[in-house]
Formats: sequence, C-alpha cells, structure tokens
Amino acid sequence: MKLKEAAKTKERLTGGHRLCSGCGAGTATNLIMRASKNPAVVGCATGCLEVSTTIYPFTAWEDSFIHNAFENVAATISGVEAAYRSLVKQGKMDEEFDFIAFGGDGGTYDIGFQSLSGAMERGHNMVYICYDNGAYMNTGIQRSSATPKGANTTTSPAGKVIPGKQQYKKELTDIMVAHNIPYVAQASLFKPQDLLRKAQKAFETKGPAFINVIATCPRGWRSRAEKGIELTKVAADTCAWPLFEVEEGKWKLNYKPKKKKPIEEWLRQQGRFKHLFKKGNEHLIEEIQEHTDQRWEYLLEMCEKD
Amino acid sequence: MIKPGDGYKSIPKGGLILEGGNAKRYNTGGWRTKKPVLDKDRCINCHLCWAFCPDVSILSKDGVVSDQIDYDHCKGCGICANECPVNAIEMVKE
Repeated sequence: MKLKEAAKTKERLTGGHRLCSGCGAGTATNLIMRASKNPAVVGCATGCLEVSTTIYPFTAWEDSFIHNAFENVAATISGVEAAYRSLVKQGKMDEEFDFIAFGGDGGTYDIGFQSLSGAMERGHNMVYICYDNGAYMNTGIQRSSATPKGANTTTSPAGKVIPGKQQYKKELTDIMVAHNIPYVAQASLFKPQDLLRKAQKAFETKGPAFINVIATCPRGWRSRAEKGIELTKVAADTCAWPLFEVEEGKWKLNYKPKKKKPIEEWLRQQGRFKHLFKKGNEHLIEEIQEHTDQRWEYLLEMCEKD
Repeated sequence: MIKPGDGYKSIPKGGLILEGGNAKRYNTGGWRTKKPVLDKDRCINCHLCWAFCPDVSILSKDGVVSDQIDYDHCKGCGICANECPVNAIEMVKE
C-alpha cells in the first residue's frame, strides 16, 4: 500500500492517547490498524499501549476494545473469534470482522506466551501483534526475555556486580515460525510501506498470523524522542533487528543493508548501553557483535534455502 | 461521556465506554515544548511524517499533507522534523 493511499483510510487509533512523546507503539498501532479493511475486535495485553489508550472515560480506539490481564489477550481474542464463528454458523451474523490482539514484549515473550502459543496452535483466524520495546516499560523498565544483552534495566542494573542484562534476547519470531502458522513476520517502523504490507497480509491470511514489530521507547532506551524512527533503521542496518517474513514455511528477507554496520552504532545512541563503552567492557561489545553476526548468517541461510 | 460529578448511576453497566475514539477530546498538546511547523513550499508530499507521527497529528486530506498540524494532540516529539527528507519541518519553541 502506498502511503498516499494509506492516508485516505480511516483513522482507527485517534490522537489524545497518552503514550509518551515519541513512542514507537503509537506509530505501529496507527499504521497496522489502517491496514485492516473490516471492523475489528481489538484486545490488548496489559502494557503501555493498553493503559495509555484507554484511560477512563476515554478510549483512543474506534473499534471494539476488550481489556485483558497480562497473560490472556490471545485467549480472549481467540474466544471472541470462536464465538463469532459459531454465530455465523447459526446464521445470526454475516458481517466480516478482524480479530486483533496487541501485546508488548512482556505480555508476549514472557507472561502471555502460553495463551499466545495455544491460540496459534488451535488455528484461530486472528492476528497477534507484538510491539517489542525490549523491557517492561509500563512499570518502569524491568528486564524481559526480549531485553537485549547488556541493557541496563532496574532488574538487571549495570554496576560493579553485573554489566546490565546477562542473557541474549529470545528469538520469539522463530518460535512462532515453529508453530507452523501460515504467516509470521518481523517488521520495523522505518519502512512504513513494508509494515502496512505485512499487516495487510496478516489480515488477509486465513488462520493465525503473527507480526513482531520493534517499537522505540525513548524512556527505557534512554534515547532522544526525535530519534525514534532513526533508531529502528540503525537496528536494521546493524542487523540487530532484521526484517523478514515466513509465509507457509518459506523464509524471505525484506531488508538487506547495503553495508552492514558495526553493532556499536546501535548501542551508542542509547543510554541503556552506556556502560558497555566504559573501559574493561570492550569484550561485551565483541560478544554482542559475534552473536548478531551468527544470527544474521542463520537468517541469510534460511532465506537463501527457500 | 462521563464527567466528574455525574454520579455513579449515570455510569454505563460494567464501566463500558460507549463511544469509540473519544480520546480525541482529550488534548495532549500541552505536553509540548517545541512545535513542528511545516513549510509547504519545500514539502514533496512523501507522507513519511504522516506515517511516522505517533500521535496521528500530521493530517492528510485527499492525498495531500496539510500544513495545518493538529496542535491539540501533537506532543512535540520531533520525529517528523527529524525524518523529513527535505527538511520542510522545523521545530519552533512554543
């Protein structure tokens, strides 16, 4: 979808929501909702997006919205979808709907993982969107399994004892591919056309679809608000957040940087990695670079094979 | 929409919000310290600012980006000015 065409679609997430200035989740949600052609039933797992778009008595959603606990958005939306199918079967409904679940990385990678895995396995006709900002930002920056190695968070504080988070992030997109669902994609904000196309494809897919989109968090990443989109490009150029999609088991790379940049460029612009540049921590950057290279090689291999 | 002082009896059952998208009536423009100003002469109508705005504050009508920015909701993050390929947007102190 061209951006000019997309601009003619209806606004589904309105202004007046209270996400932070420069939050990537606002951009992602606005674009994804515009790609949907039908009225939607939306659910949000507990997280920034949920609490800041639905502060009573306001809602920023033009569509039906269901509140959820942290762990069960996929279960809720799959239940709504099942009820809808039953109503259609009984002849009580014939309109088409999109069923969309939104979750942050905490509500998707960690706490909501079992309900997500179950919903995908049962094959509901729904779309799950994870906006990954790499920590529990809503409660004040606690580490999640999506937090990259070395990041300073309140539960993996960089100091004398440990230099930030000690583990690498979990590759959730790959785990969703292993569910053998029809469509899985990893998207980014700096390519809005690509994000719109992926969202459109996910909505058109019969059966479960999953999109993992990186969302900048200026508060948690300790980055400047205006760099929100630029940082997602740096993430793609350094291969820290590659863009790919897996359709019916076929891997496809969507963005190949002209020249792969060193991981320092991604780390340097964020305050959460500041301590990695202190003397004595050089080996950590080397380790992260090595891990990123391995991951990139693996992706290239998977995409070339198909 | 429920307002303070309305009393509990006027709250819809289950605390539902019966009107979609009423957050439009809540202004977040006061968060801003700098506001974006769009120079239409330079603008190439690429719509990148429209796509990137987290607050849906860059408006587009009939496929043309408007220089009337929604200052009621713009939080002044500066993403539009930073991403504009022709530097048509400037952040001006309020």
